[in-house]
Amino acid sequence: MIKYILKRLMYILLALFVIVTATFFLLRLAPGNPFASERNFPPQIEEKLNETYGLNNPWYIQYKDYLIDAATFNFGESMKYKARSTNDMIAEGFPVSLTLGIEAMLLAIGFGVLIGVVAALYHNRWPDYLATTFAVLGISVPSFILAGLMQYFLAYKLELFPISGWKGFSYSILPALAIAFSHMGFIAKLTRSSMLEQNNSDYVKMARAKGIGKWTVVFRHTLRNALLPVITYLGPLTAGVVTGSFIVEQIFAVPGLGKHFVQSITNRDYTVVMGTTVFYAIILLFAVFIVDILYSVIDPRIKLKGAKK
Amino acid sequence: MIKNKKFLLLTVLAVFSLVLAACGFGGDKSDNSSSSDGKKDSGSKTKELNLAIPSEPPSLHPGLAEDTTSSAILINVFEGLTVSDADGKPTPGIAEDWEISDDKKTYTFKLRDAKWSNGDPVVAGDFEYAWKWALNPENLSAYASIFYPIKGAKDYHNGGSADGVGIKAEDDKTLVVTLENPTPYFLELTGFKTYLPINPKVTEANEEWYADAGENYVTNGPYKLSEWKHSDSIVLTKNEDYWDAANVDVDTVNIAMIEKEPTVATNFKSGSLDYIGKPFQTVDLNVIDEFKKDGSLKIKDEASIYWYKFNTKDKIMSNANIRKALTLAIDRQTLIDNVTKGEQKPATGMVPPAIPSFTEDRGYFKDNDVDGAKAALEAGMKELGIKDPKDIKVNISYNTSEGHAAIAQYIQEEWSKKLGISSELDNSEWQVYIDKLKTGDYQIGRMGWVADYLDAYTFLEMFDTAKNGNNQTGWENAQYKELLDKAVAEVDEAKRLEYLKQAEAIGMTEFPVAPIYYYTNLSVVKDGIENLNPNPTGDIHLKDVKMK
Repeated sequence: MIKYILKRLMYILLALFVIVTATFFLLRLAPGNPFASERNFPPQIEEKLNETYGLNNPWYIQYKDYLIDAATFNFGESMKYKARSTNDMIAEGFPVSLTLGIEAMLLAIGFGVLIGVVAALYHNRWPDYLATTFAVLGISVPSFILAGLMQYFLAYKLELFPISGWKGFSYSILPALAIAFSHMGFIAKLTRSSMLEQNNSDYVKMARAKGIGKWTVVFRHTLRNALLPVITYLGPLTAGVVTGSFIVEQIFAVPGLGKHFVQSITNRDYTVVMGTTVFYAIILLFAVFIVDILYSVIDPRIKLKGAKK
Repeated sequence: MIKNKKFLLLTVLAVFSLVLAACGFGGDKSDNSSSSDGKKDSGSKTKELNLAIPSEPPSLHPGLAEDTTSSAILINVFEGLTVSDADGKPTPGIAEDWEISDDKKTYTFKLRDAKWSNGDPVVAGDFEYAWKWALNPENLSAYASIFYPIKGAKDYHNGGSADGVGIKAEDDKTLVVTLENPTPYFLELTGFKTYLPINPKVTEANEEWYADAGENYVTNGPYKLSEWKHSDSIVLTKNEDYWDAANVDVDTVNIAMIEKEPTVATNFKSGSLDYIGKPFQTVDLNVIDEFKKDGSLKIKDEASIYWYKFNTKDKIMSNANIRKALTLAIDRQTLIDNVTKGEQKPATGMVPPAIPSFTEDRGYFKDNDVDGAKAALEAGMKELGIKDPKDIKVNISYNTSEGHAAIAQYIQEEWSKKLGISSELDNSEWQVYIDKLKTGDYQIGRMGWVADYLDAYTFLEMFDTAKNGNNQTGWENAQYKELLDKAVAEVDEAKRLEYLKQAEAIGMTEFPVAPIYYYTNLSVVKDGIENLNPNPTGDIHLKDVKMK
């Protein structure tokens, strides 16, 4: 187990290095520069700006500086937002995105599993059709459309929720729902099919033969095994809710990190692009890593193998 | 056993997430009188105004700000020597009075008794300090060139000495400014964001004083920056120490950062916002008709222009007749009625009619002059040795935006239908687009220009030489340059205007640009609020706003 963890940590470091390097070179190859503005700078000021941010140096010096910055988690000041450090932006934006992400994940997993279980229990009866329709809708309606619709009907017309902003729990419900909905559909479908598979297995038939109630079988036996594919999905789900919330955050004016992640690229705000990329890469790599460990906790048959073949 | 472990793990995870969830709202203190849905509490005594801006202001430092969002806030928390009124005309601000020398090159400002928000008196030296701070090339002020009318300013900014700069605090109450040339719009400049003062003591003590609201953020305007939640919201509160505080009606201004225009519109309709329009967030195109129908949409002329620039270094675009043909062939009114829909005015000159003394139609060409366009095309093709208009292929570049794309498609159709010229559309994102224009990697490209001050010079000056970084067309004309130079040196106002108009006429004979339309500002205001209306340069001074 320890060997496995160490090996995985090595892979994570390697993956981070590749991501960090690729981001650096892709960004330098992309056309446009961070100081381009409609009103022209006098050339000597543009020169000084480049000097201040080290953009005059040859690429290998810039690359070296950047690797050191990345290793020490010091990404410097934003090139667009004056006197704002990338670290500050991450520190302020990430807790917001994380809150929204966790809320969305809890909603997606909670309702997704519930809907999946109901569908499987009432296989080929109306609750199954209803749940499947709901799941398919969830997967196929893009989150920004849903966000717009919920904002208009639930917040504006029915006044059940605030329209936008981030001042308290009530402000997080609609954006979290909008992010959760498609994942919810996916989890429901996963749970349903894997539950159906379990229902035909011998141990479930045995449990039923013993006269154990329908729901008791579900909670005591089937669900634990049926959740395995859902656990596998947790990695991509984390990635989806943490980074994919950008548009929903925009629609609901949520001051999250997603905005900086995307806009810094269009602004060619090199320092922020680098900082947010490295930060997200770490989060996502660790999310996948933790999911793998969770896997073995939930199903002891799965052994985490280390260096041995 | 395993089951217990699992439960333990899940419980820990659940508690952890709840704690994190609670952290996420760390900034949430019920410290304002807004109710949970953002609506104003009708029972409160203070007068609150709710506005929205599209993004975090990139810089709330007068010397560093270069965008309209930052400027919209800066001009309300600081006050310059002058303040522009509803028509854009300069009125006394921190300067109570001023004298202008006969040669119109020396301005002597007399300052009133005013205080900084930390209790320091506002003195002439603060202005000298702030302006020279921006001119110091080390400080990387993007807008420092706005000081160039001042004697020695350009030289200092380009690496020369600060000694020769014509800004001098004679004493605490007197500021003497010497200009290079008579500059009739100088009093408008002294109200501009870059000309706002900064407190030397605060700046010297902490270089990053402007990064956050708090005791370091010392201002001298009608409002104080009392709260700044980055990427989320800004709160301005009335500055009781402001010299004219008695006439400031609104106590608190809540400014939310909302990027999406439809969200802004929905917030306005629900009552949580009091105003949409420049210089804050703009009205969503999709709801314009709705606001028009209920009579709440206000349309006001603006001193700005939307034009297509021609790269005259390009073989085809180097021909003035071809440029003329392309300019004349566009039916601007139809474009405005069906595409832009903001009741903009068709542009047939380089200077918008919102500029005083340029309000009359100078009649350089007729909108949608198809015959004129065909004749010019004919002449141009002869000069270039082209037989068939089909052999002319042009490229229209624009930066990513639905509006720019729609305009480009319309114009593409116009040129094809009326002149038989085929064109391709070339879309790129802003940062790339600007680079393309600067390096001349384009044929025809869109651009807008907003007046910094209400004078024709701001629109004409950029084409003085091909080297001017804002020109981008590669076009220059000795006579045009000579007329601009004459205008700059001229003391007689009428003569100066005449030179500027003659220069514009040359521009509209050679067409380095195809003017498309003069912008308008569209806005909606909640009932019961007065004077919440931008002036022609797009500024709103919140101190003038009155609420019932």
